[in-house]
Amino acid sequence: MIIDSNKIQKVIDDSPQDKKQLIMILQNIQLEFHYLPKESIGLVSEYLGMPQSTVYSAATFYKSFSLVPRGENIIKVCKGTACHIKGADLIIDQLYAGIGIKPGQTTKDMKYTIEVVNCVGACAMAPVMIVNDKYFGEVKCNRATKLVKKG
Amino acid sequence: MEKKILTKYIDDPNQVNIDTYLSHGGYKAFEKALKEMKPSEVIEEVKKSGVRGRGGAGFPAGVKWGFIPKDNPKPRYLVCNGDESEPGTCKDRVLMESDPHGVVEGMAISSFAIGSHLAFIYIRGEFAYPARMMEKAVEEAYEKGYLGKNILGTGYDLDMIVHTGGGAYICGEESSQLNSIEGERGMSRMRPPFPAVAGLYACPTIVNNVETLAAVPFIINNGGDWYASMGTEKSKGTKLFSLSGHVKNPGHYELEMGTPLSVLINDLGGGMLDGHKLKAIIPGGSSTPMLLPDQIDVKLDYESLAEAGSMLGSGAVIVIDERTCMVWVAERLIHFYRHESCGKCTPCRDGTGWLEQLISRIERGEGQPGDIEKIESLCGNIMGRTVCPLGDAAVMPIESSIKLFRDEWEYHIQNKKCMVKSEFAFK
Repeated sequence: MIIDSNKIQKVIDDSPQDKKQLIMILQNIQLEFHYLPKESIGLVSEYLGMPQSTVYSAATFYKSFSLVPRGENIIKVCKGTACHIKGADLIIDQLYAGIGIKPGQTTKDMKYTIEVVNCVGACAMAPVMIVNDKYFGEVKCNRATKLVKKG
Repeated sequence: MEKKILTKYIDDPNQVNIDTYLSHGGYKAFEKALKEMKPSEVIEEVKKSGVRGRGGAGFPAGVKWGFIPKDNPKPRYLVCNGDESEPGTCKDRVLMESDPHGVVEGMAISSFAIGSHLAFIYIRGEFAYPARMMEKAVEEAYEKGYLGKNILGTGYDLDMIVHTGGGAYICGEESSQLNSIEGERGMSRMRPPFPAVAGLYACPTIVNNVETLAAVPFIINNGGDWYASMGTEKSKGTKLFSLSGHVKNPGHYELEMGTPLSVLINDLGGGMLDGHKLKAIIPGGSSTPMLLPDQIDVKLDYESLAEAGSMLGSGAVIVIDERTCMVWVAERLIHFYRHESCGKCTPCRDGTGWLEQLISRIERGEGQPGDIEKIESLCGNIMGRTVCPLGDAAVMPIESSIKLFRDEWEYHIQNKKCMVKSEFAFK
């Protein structure tokens, strides 16, 4: 996947040039491209005047950032304690059967990515699955794939 | 039964709009504090109420506010901790997305009390919707003149910033959260100095949980004595409990402190799912030691739960039924804490990694005699030896699982499979 650096630079230029905005800027880039393209680390470090290592360390510390390309649709399966004991594993198995990928993988057509996330704070409706920031609670595992395809 | 104070209007979909909030008596407490009270009187009232930190530690909020050095000329900051990530906890989310103005008002009064002119609300990255609601509420409050310059003509200025995190459990710990707001990795800081002395940008900073701050307007409106009249002798007021797991009606319930756990699980929660038996209860979020079914009558307050060998924590009650293998639960828990360890302290960084290896090997059926003792020894070497409480949090549920369900762990090692037949856990 090739991303035009000018496009990344544009996102960066729209953000305030302030070191404490580092995480915000990375979030904005990720919002645009679904992940942090390799070039973005260098561009952000130049923009904020901080070492690349600092930008890279923040990008790898926080779980929401991805350094590898992710699909158009991001499926998150919660495996916090409450979802875990209510069968989150079964949802993951069903999704594997339906879409053919495991957590951490992306389909070849770049349509779907599955991620396992830790508690999303919706424990009362466990097990929870999130498709593109839309929450599905009390997911019946045999319907998981259907929910994903419907969006 | 339920005692709805913070959650009184939570089911009203219009409560997120400032006009509805105002019609329910909103921002009256802020006005009262600004016009009729001195900051020290607000602190006094909150001290009198006895409200304690609702994020888990249970430290009296008013006392914490009093720790700000009076002669420090630096600016002061208030940070509202909305990084609710403790597995099982879903109470701050409800407050932020259904009654955001209550949180804004609580933050405004608290900022006035501690003399802060800039307040942050740190919301975890996964909470996109609550963050949007809070942003909208802050905007509306600016429009109506409850935030900004010269608020209500009293000469008091206050700005508020909604800050979203990047998905890290550790950022719920106050010193890591301050690092994260400063744009750094969320790693905990050595204390002392405590944040009240040198916190955000090395300035005096108070970090309070969403629920703690949301209680402040009610305390100012009705008085500290009114708040202190609810609850038990040392645990005052009401608390939101998040009920999840194998019960009929999971959800969030606001109860007076000291309500028996059985009321929450059986009366409000509708009891266990049909045909299933209670096996264990995690009473205060995944990092608290477990309770057994015969302890179901324990009262939900800081002291009673400590006496029962556990903690009130964030009030997240996770109910586990007999189909659940405790080794399987422990494996997931330690995986979570290993992943979320920030890596600063060796006992936590390496210890949780070793624990995960040992526990998943037992879960896979490759456990060896002596593994349980190794786990216990590792736990003992992590407990109390880290800068922040994440190390303790990782160890406590594991230790209690081994203590209460040792037979299951041993069965796992000897027979290379689970003792319980579950539709969820395989093998």
